Amino acid sequence: MIVTTTKGDMDDSLLEKKEGFVDNDDEYTTWVEYWLDGELVHRSVHVQLKKAVVLTAAAASFE
Amino acid sequence: MANTQAMCSSFLGELMTATHNFTTSTGNTFKAALYLASATVNASTTAYSSTGEVTGTNYTAGGVSVTNGTSPLSTNTSTTAGTGYWTPSASITYTNVTLSTAFDAVLIYNFSASNKAVSVHTFGSQTVTAGTFTLTMPSNTTSTALLRLATT
Repeated sequence: MIVTTTKGDMDDSLLEKKEGFVDNDDEYTTWVEYWLDGELVHRSVHVQLKKAVVLTAAAASFE
Repeated sequence: MANTQAMCSSFLGELMTATHNFTTSTGNTFKAALYLASATVNASTTAYSSTGEVTGTNYTAGGVSVTNGTSPLSTNTSTTAGTGYWTPSASITYTNVTLSTAFDAVLIYNFSASNKAVSVHTFGSQTVTAGTFTLTMPSNTTSTALLRLATT
């Protein structure tokens, strides 16, 4: 697979791959990194938001 | 300083002046801009500003357009309560960017209405290197939609 890197497009067989994730109440996030000779050359992040923003509306009464 | 997830207060008032139109196709254009973890965007934010916005390779100031394929929906939950809701119909994606300084927030704003702010959404601090940053939207339902206006 070809990966975009800071060195140009490279075949992933030439790179060291690292992956990770964060899962909490706010988000589920995954990331993938490719390293070349100890140098970070690619990092992509995918965030899935879990917590929306909510407006609570009201109509006042004439009491 | 820090960014805080919120619906922007100015947006609440602007709803009553028909400033924002989320109708698909014929409505306004909304955009999404990323902000540094050191920035301050929150409920007090009234409009898009480049102050505190990320900069980097292949990132254009102002961010990217939000895909709006579904107009806002509303549902009654009782005779006195209900929910109106809206969610972008596709992920927000920044492709082949390098954003070396940590960022942790996205501002949704109305590009068609003088860049007036809609909402701020936060996430864990990130950097991207020659890669893609993708924000996947929650399901567009009364309980999970990205923007919800509810009465109780």
